[in-house]
Amino acid sequence: MNGFILGVALFMLLLVGALLYRVCVGPTAIDRIVAVNAIGTKTTVLLVLIGLLFDDVGMFVDFAVAYGLLNFMGSLAAARYFQRSERRAEADLRHPLPIQSNGGDA
Amino acid sequence: MSLFFDILAGSLMAAGLIFFVGTVTGMLRFPDFYTRMHAGGKGDTLSTILILLGAAVHVSEDFFHDPIHQWGVLLVMVKILGIAAFLMLTSPTSTHALMRAGFEDAHETDETVVDKDQDGPSLEELQSRTWEERS
Repeated sequence: MNGFILGVALFMLLLVGALLYRVCVGPTAIDRIVAVNAIGTKTTVLLVLIGLLFDDVGMFVDFAVAYGLLNFMGSLAAARYFQRSERRAEADLRHPLPIQSNGGDA
Repeated sequence: MSLFFDILAGSLMAAGLIFFVGTVTGMLRFPDFYTRMHAGGKGDTLSTILILLGAAVHVSEDFFHDPIHQWGVLLVMVKILGIAAFLMLTSPTSTHALMRAGFEDAHETDETVVDKDQDGPSLEELQSRTWEERS
């Protein structure tokens, strides 16, 4: 079974190498981010498989949890960074929020 | 009994690999941003969950054959299933956020994937709407 798991891990590594093509030549920035997100998800799985191969899953599964959390945070932050905010600013200009008054103390 | 667990774990991992091959093929060969996102969003989630389930089944074999470390094995199994559940929540969320960022960024569709005869507003009209008009 260990040989099979090693084969699965190596095949996943090969496919991740193919995904790196999209990271390198992806025409838009978000294409690259999506590919990096997929690679990060697969790294989580690869960490669990490495734990199975080393007979030490208890340690590697914690690494996998941490990596999954960081990957999620990273992709959300990248999505927020690349989201265009001009249209929201236009909408805010047309429907402005009421200006907060502090009662004339300042 | 051991053979049963091996076959179950192996078939789950093999199914996950098949879906991952589909994901990579779609992300490399599809013509525009939205279709690549479609392939990357779905296949990635499903293949990850399947391979992690295979790993959990492989670990759970020790639960029956190793009475000394039984509860440690159970903890590891629960953690692997927890990763699978967590990815099932977060992967569609990040796909949604990235898709929205790409849509706001006014990415264009490839002409081979657009149905010209459909009713309703075109993609450019939708992208030029403001936030209130969209909701």
